[in-house]
Amino acid sequence: MRIVILGAGQVGASVAENLVSEDNDITVVDVDTEHLAHLQDRLDLRTVAGNAASPNVLREAGCEDADMLIAVTQSDQTNLCACRIAKTVFNIRTRIARLRAADFIDYPELLDENNFAVDFSICPEQEVTDALVKLVRFPEALQVLEFAGGRVALVAVRAFAGGPLVGHPLRDLRLHLPGLDARVAAIYRSHQPIVPEGETIIEDGDEVFCLAAAEHIREVMRELRQSEKQVRNIMIAGGGNIGYRFARAVEAGYNVKLIEREKRRAQWLAGHLSHALVLQGDATDEKLLGSEAIEDMDFFLALTNDDENNIMAALLAKRLGARRVLALINRAAYVDLVQGGQIDIAISPAQLSIGTLLTHVRRGDVARVHSLRRGAAEALELVAHGDRNTSRIVGRRIEEIGLPTGAAIAALIRKADETTVIYENGLPVERRLDRVIIAHHDTVIEPDDHVIVFCVSKRLVPKVEKLFQVGFHFI
Amino acid sequence: MSGLLSVLRVLALLLLLFSGTMLIPLIISHAVADGAEHAYDGAMFITLGSGLILWLLTRRHERELKIKDGFLLVVLVWLVLPFFATLPLLAYLPGLSFTDAYFEATSGLTATGATVLSGLDQLPLSINFWRTFLHWLGGMGIIVLAVAILPLLGVGGRQLFKAEVPGPMKEAKLSPRMAETAKGFWLIYLLLTIACTVSLIYAGMEAWDALMHAFSIMGLGGFSTKDASLGHFNSVPIEMVAMFFALLSGISYATHYMAFHGHSLRPYRLDVELPFFLGTLAVSILALTLYLLPFGIYDGFWHTLRYVAFHSISLATSLGFATTDYAAWPIFGQLWILFLGSFIACSGSTGGGIKMVRAIILYKQVVREILRSMHPNVVQPIKLGGSPVPAHIVYAVLAFGFIYMVSIVTLTLLMTASGADVVTGFSAVVACINNTGPGLNQVGPATNYAVLNDFQTWICIFAMLLGRLEIFTLLVVLSPAFWRK
Repeated sequence: MRIVILGAGQVGASVAENLVSEDNDITVVDVDTEHLAHLQDRLDLRTVAGNAASPNVLREAGCEDADMLIAVTQSDQTNLCACRIAKTVFNIRTRIARLRAADFIDYPELLDENNFAVDFSICPEQEVTDALVKLVRFPEALQVLEFAGGRVALVAVRAFAGGPLVGHPLRDLRLHLPGLDARVAAIYRSHQPIVPEGETIIEDGDEVFCLAAAEHIREVMRELRQSEKQVRNIMIAGGGNIGYRFARAVEAGYNVKLIEREKRRAQWLAGHLSHALVLQGDATDEKLLGSEAIEDMDFFLALTNDDENNIMAALLAKRLGARRVLALINRAAYVDLVQGGQIDIAISPAQLSIGTLLTHVRRGDVARVHSLRRGAAEALELVAHGDRNTSRIVGRRIEEIGLPTGAAIAALIRKADETTVIYENGLPVERRLDRVIIAHHDTVIEPDDHVIVFCVSKRLVPKVEKLFQVGFHFI
Repeated sequence: MSGLLSVLRVLALLLLLFSGTMLIPLIISHAVADGAEHAYDGAMFITLGSGLILWLLTRRHERELKIKDGFLLVVLVWLVLPFFATLPLLAYLPGLSFTDAYFEATSGLTATGATVLSGLDQLPLSINFWRTFLHWLGGMGIIVLAVAILPLLGVGGRQLFKAEVPGPMKEAKLSPRMAETAKGFWLIYLLLTIACTVSLIYAGMEAWDALMHAFSIMGLGGFSTKDASLGHFNSVPIEMVAMFFALLSGISYATHYMAFHGHSLRPYRLDVELPFFLGTLAVSILALTLYLLPFGIYDGFWHTLRYVAFHSISLATSLGFATTDYAAWPIFGQLWILFLGSFIACSGSTGGGIKMVRAIILYKQVVREILRSMHPNVVQPIKLGGSPVPAHIVYAVLAFGFIYMVSIVTLTLLMTASGADVVTGFSAVVACINNTGPGLNQVGPATNYAVLNDFQTWICIFAMLLGRLEIFTLLVVLSPAFWRK
């Protein structure tokens, strides 16, 4: 596929990095030649320097025969404008724009074909915020992913001695939690993937990916580590875009303290937040953390723009007694370095938000893509089409499907044929409730099932996708 | 000194206008032959003459008024108009001293409602009309004050929490837009007065009494045509109407105006002060009712509620009507409703006191200081309606709160020095500075201010002006810096 990416910032660079490896022709446009040079050194792609909202620059970037435009510059205006140009001048089929301002959601008509012509909009800051909020709700988890509109969750948990299942084989999970369906999709031991079998014994320090219905997640996690007490006090270091959005999202339900270094920004934050306590100061200042009772914090999140600062602040907070610390880290190299040491969770914003974008880029029937372990692994939600004759998936038991080693079907989401009556606000409503089926070796896949596949390595993704494509005579 | 001269020119024009308003009681007096016909022609002649002479002397000094001129004009208007307003009173009541007459007129124009006159029921219709009409005119003046002058001090109007609106705060001249706004507010004021009059008639009052009481209620003054005030009528519907319109007049006219123009109730929902205004009243009425019940002053809960609700609203909004002698209440209850009057009315209303918006800011400032002592690094702007209040306005409000306290203490000390007892002196000062009207003890609801000696009366006059001009306006003009070139 020929893809034009506008913007070579953090988001643009990580999109490019992910797509280059998937056999695409990529052109990146940015005004900053330094950014472009840096990108070109690392990756096999073409770069064009210039204003992304100019038709001539876009022509130079090869928009005339591009299949997709991904506008992820810092400026909403540029992204919107580029999408319109891409539609009117070059008639590019798929146009994706990054929109940071939240108010565009209120006016969806602005994004339709007749106006800005944006097919999909993404907001990386919002996705990072959502992920952080989930981590606050599940303080034990390293990562929480949702499928089927939030009804199935995939969580990454670090196993700790003391969890009932630790030191036991996986098949004991059924004995520990009778009547509750859960599946361990993958295990990483010292960063190496292990294919989980019934006999696999979970060890202290393993990173375990479990999948279960959302309401059961807490019980499953309790099997792997002593359950954490619920989060009440949160301290945030850094009141930038993500820090502000996150504080807004959690300030009503938790005691939130937000530390911002810059005085004017702190004042702005205090004006725009209603419950959070805004403190002006340096998050790496031991005295400040001490006087603000860092030892009582259940969660400390370092969310500044500076990787090193985040790491130092998180380390310091941990040493001063914060229960769980998280650092936002942009540089992929740092993430693996840091996570699992003193810092409980290291999050790469680019990797978190790439999944949504990948969903639109992938061919075939990919409903959802989640990037895991900083992009090394992936969880895919694919739609099974066709029948037993045309598809290599449909109508077969899971053990019959020749999945490559390292890829595992974790669950199915089956469309309900009939409506069920449920009660909403005391009123009976008829709804088609999709059924979540946790996969076992004998589960049979039916047409139009959404299949959640876990790939321990990204290299497996094309093979899995190919498996889901229907034969030629189908259609 | 051309600034002073152009201010005097405007004052002259206002005097000419004011002499015109005296035509109304004159006509009424002739129409109903109440025996006070002669009281107005002389007064009109003197006012007209003074206005004309002043105008002839200053007519060449026409120029736009600056901020400074605005302050001077406002102070002069509230000092000079009462002087001319005394003339009909002095002409009809030869026994009345000038001090008392000036007190009565100031009380009228500042919409305070404290009176030195008794035997109101026997006064001619036109004299009572003149007294309550002063309230109504005063109310109009208060509204203009709120639109035009107080925002300049950073403490008055809506600009407090809408710093982004290019309001008068940033302009050097009194703009024509302000005149437009004032006219809009006056229209609301007029319509509400008509509605109030009609409602009072409907509730069982005679037409003239209804009109005069409506003047009193809308200006939140408190002059009545009866010695027993509203208690004369002893009617629940009348009390309900009075309470309802007193509450309306205690709300910012800017909110009424926006609601009227937008044909929606949304502005009321967005009004920052309104929930505190109504909430504080509701809570204090209920609590005071429960507090008074065991004393058995009134017969049962509903009777107690009737009197507590009426007097709470009447005194809190600075109306100052009474339906019974609440001096019979325990002193806590009396002090409490007097105290309510010092902060409850919304800014931009015709009520008195420091206004709800300042009370909210003062409260939030205290909370902020407590928070800051626990978290030295905290950044916590004071917010009203979701947007931060600029620091200079917070300082202005703090200074205002301070000078308000100082004024009360100083004037109370002067009252006691001249022989008044503490409760009388203190309550007279509070009732006057809040423009409420009745105080406690010797100046309580059943008596009036005639008991004060001349010196004390002048202190009360000063307090009324101080409160009505929101202290700073008067202090600005009295400060030496104001007169320096």
